[in-house]
Amino acid sequence: MSMVSARSGAATGVKLHIDWTVCDGRGLCIELLPELLDRDEWGYPVLRTPRGAAVPRELLGAADEAVAACPKRALKLLKR
Amino acid sequence: MSPTATLGTAGEPAFEQELAGGVLTAAGDPRRLLAAAAPDLATHQRHYGPLPWMGGPGRLIQLLEDAGLTGRGGAGFPSARKLSAVAAGKRAVVVANGAEGEPLSSKDRMLLTRVPHLVLDGLQLVAEATSAAEAYAYVPDDLCGPISMALAERRGIDRITVQLVAAPDAFISGEETAVVSRVSGGAAIPRDKARMVVTAGVRGRPTLVHNVETLAQLALAARGGAAWFRSVGTPAEPGSFLATFSGAVVRPGVYELGYGVPLGQLLGAAGGPSAPLHAVLIGGYHGSWVPYPAAAQVPVSRAGLQPYGASPGAGVIAALPAAMCGLEQTSKILDYLADQSAGQCGPCLNGLPRLAEEFARLVGVPGRQSARGALQEVRRLAGLVEGRGACHHPDGTVRLARSALQTFASDVEAHRGGSCIARGTRGRS
Repeated sequence: MSMVSARSGAATGVKLHIDWTVCDGRGLCIELLPELLDRDEWGYPVLRTPRGAAVPRELLGAADEAVAACPKRALKLLKR
Repeated sequence: MSPTATLGTAGEPAFEQELAGGVLTAAGDPRRLLAAAAPDLATHQRHYGPLPWMGGPGRLIQLLEDAGLTGRGGAGFPSARKLSAVAAGKRAVVVANGAEGEPLSSKDRMLLTRVPHLVLDGLQLVAEATSAAEAYAYVPDDLCGPISMALAERRGIDRITVQLVAAPDAFISGEETAVVSRVSGGAAIPRDKARMVVTAGVRGRPTLVHNVETLAQLALAARGGAAWFRSVGTPAEPGSFLATFSGAVVRPGVYELGYGVPLGQLLGAAGGPSAPLHAVLIGGYHGSWVPYPAAAQVPVSRAGLQPYGASPGAGVIAALPAAMCGLEQTSKILDYLADQSAGQCGPCLNGLPRLAEEFARLVGVPGRQSARGALQEVRRLAGLVEGRGACHHPDGTVRLARSALQTFASDVEAHRGGSCIARGTRGRS
């Protein structure tokens, strides 16, 4: 395993999941996790990483905060 | 009705027309779909023989694995895998899905009308294989009456009571999780996919949702066996499928054909093209445009159509005559699809109307150059909405838009210059 993949979170196996049926674009997750989430022109989060990419280890804490901050409980961390 | 009859009507889906309703069984085999002379139980049993109970879960799963049956609702998932996943759970629910929201498809309606007992046999067999506690038939409102009569005929045969649920007339009402939501007592709209239907579907129970054609195919395979099932189709994609032909063909209708038949030959089943063609829409409104006659030799199978980003899907084949503009048709379909968003997911609710709008600007007004930047906007919006919904409605819509840009690339250039190849108009230069 290379140093990059050891650090990049492939080993975390944790993925961001957005339940689009409840997300209404409040945007707190985008503020708390700007490294992974961008805002589209309607205010909804856009994943910056390729779909299915794992959350890097160093961002797990911020990801947990973003999940907790979502007023609609639309953001989840799915563990494989 | 000529295929162009609805073109002038704003907002109507393209190509909609009455089907002449020709039926051809694969290779003339009377044991295939739609071969029974009448829909009643006595005719069905005389024609196909009695319901072949399998005596437990294992045998049907093994049979389907040997036969290589895949879902006929569009996604093409191996039915044996779905069945074994549901069979592993407790108090399972099985659902026959006959919603068929796709405007260009008529095969599920044809099956439910002409051979309802094949579908209901298949439902009983999957109920047996999963030791199901509940069974449902989810069909359009106007078919609830006939199916309810068919179910009444089966008292004494069926081992599990089938409950009828009316499917709303909407594009997405047949989407797997929309079916689960409706059968659970909610609205027929998709739900989030974090929970899998096979483990937590109807009211949280393991649930098998099979398209009605998949069930009918399964009921035939249970009678004829895996080797017979594989006698048509390709080794990798065995069996027959129901194709609904529309547009510029001599005899529009539903035909049973084997996978892997070249597109040109396949069109022959419907009497061949009724006019010179420009392209064929394969897979329906969520499908792809394939150039014609360039693709006449391409086998209609997942493998054969893959280079075109297309797949047989639920068997929709719509022939676009050369006199009709593919971009205009696509624009109408995109308007329809944007309108059919369930409105739950922000990127779909906001993005599909924008995509349809920019596509319309790309098509432009006859004789005028299409709007500057519209092509780039279509491409950007397609990338933006893709993969960002609870269901594949955004993805299917994007697939159609992108395939139009590719297959009608020279039309795009013509429209940008203010002309239209189909209309034969020249641009102002």
